[in-house]
Amino acid sequence: MSISLITFYLFSAILLLSSLMVISTKNPVHSVLFLILAFLNAAGIFVILHAEFLAMILIIVYVGAVAVLFLFVVMMLDFKTSLEKDNILQYMPIGLLIGLVFIAELVIVLINTRLDLSDIQILSNPLDNFSDQSNTEAIGSILYTNYVLYFQLSGVILLVAMVGSIVLTLRDREGVKRQIVSEQVDRKGKIELVDVKSGEGVDI
Amino acid sequence: MIELNQFLILSALLFSIGVIGIFLNRKNVIIILMSIEIILLAVNINLVSFSYFLNDLTGQIFSLFVLTVAAAEAAIGLAILVIYNRNAGSIEIEKINTLKG
Repeated sequence: MSISLITFYLFSAILLLSSLMVISTKNPVHSVLFLILAFLNAAGIFVILHAEFLAMILIIVYVGAVAVLFLFVVMMLDFKTSLEKDNILQYMPIGLLIGLVFIAELVIVLINTRLDLSDIQILSNPLDNFSDQSNTEAIGSILYTNYVLYFQLSGVILLVAMVGSIVLTLRDREGVKRQIVSEQVDRKGKIELVDVKSGEGVDI
Repeated sequence: MIELNQFLILSALLFSIGVIGIFLNRKNVIIILMSIEIILLAVNINLVSFSYFLNDLTGQIFSLFVLTVAAAEAAIGLAILVIYNRNAGSIEIEKINTLKG
């Protein structure tokens, strides 16, 4: 058993267990923490697959931004964790049935098929072209040339998401003092200029 | 050496866990959003493993775009969740029945 196989089994076992914990714990904070663990192990699997850049992006973007965003919202909303008796049994049978059928179909199909990838000749960006470059360099050299339009489009998607979430959550609250620039600039007649003599001061 | 099928089975199991999470969860919407993240992670593992075993870099590029869209989707979903909680006072799924559907 090679070292990469052992690490693969280790990472995938922790990945599956922690994603099971994500959907089964009662406390949403624990769910987010297990989600972070799952992302870290997925980054390990990406490293096994020689996709180092995506592994680091997964850690930076998912663990650093998305999971922290989840954690922030979970902590901020402060919803009541299920004190009432949960009728999870109502949906448990159908949910488990669908899930198990799904798992069984996929796994049976995947175990019984051998995909022969050696005759596929439709590669658009073969890795052999980048054999002297690192993974990050190779991704950059085709992301900014062949896929530059998609890259720009994903930037637009992020911009729309940013503007959308700001517009959704912005609100005017009653009784909050805010700066009104027009009134602040238009102060004619509201201020008085006093000529102060040196050493005397002025009465107000 | 690890075979392609092992990665595909791992990704299928992860995908199914995400789907089961959506079906089983009746309490709060945040768990459903996390299940969607798990599903997208499974898709990414699929793309990257095909990219590795086909010796083609395109899968990794596509996985990068999937990641971008997933981040945008999480941000929008959480924003909707925050304003829904502000308006309705609860994000329990069983109480989201204003449409009577």
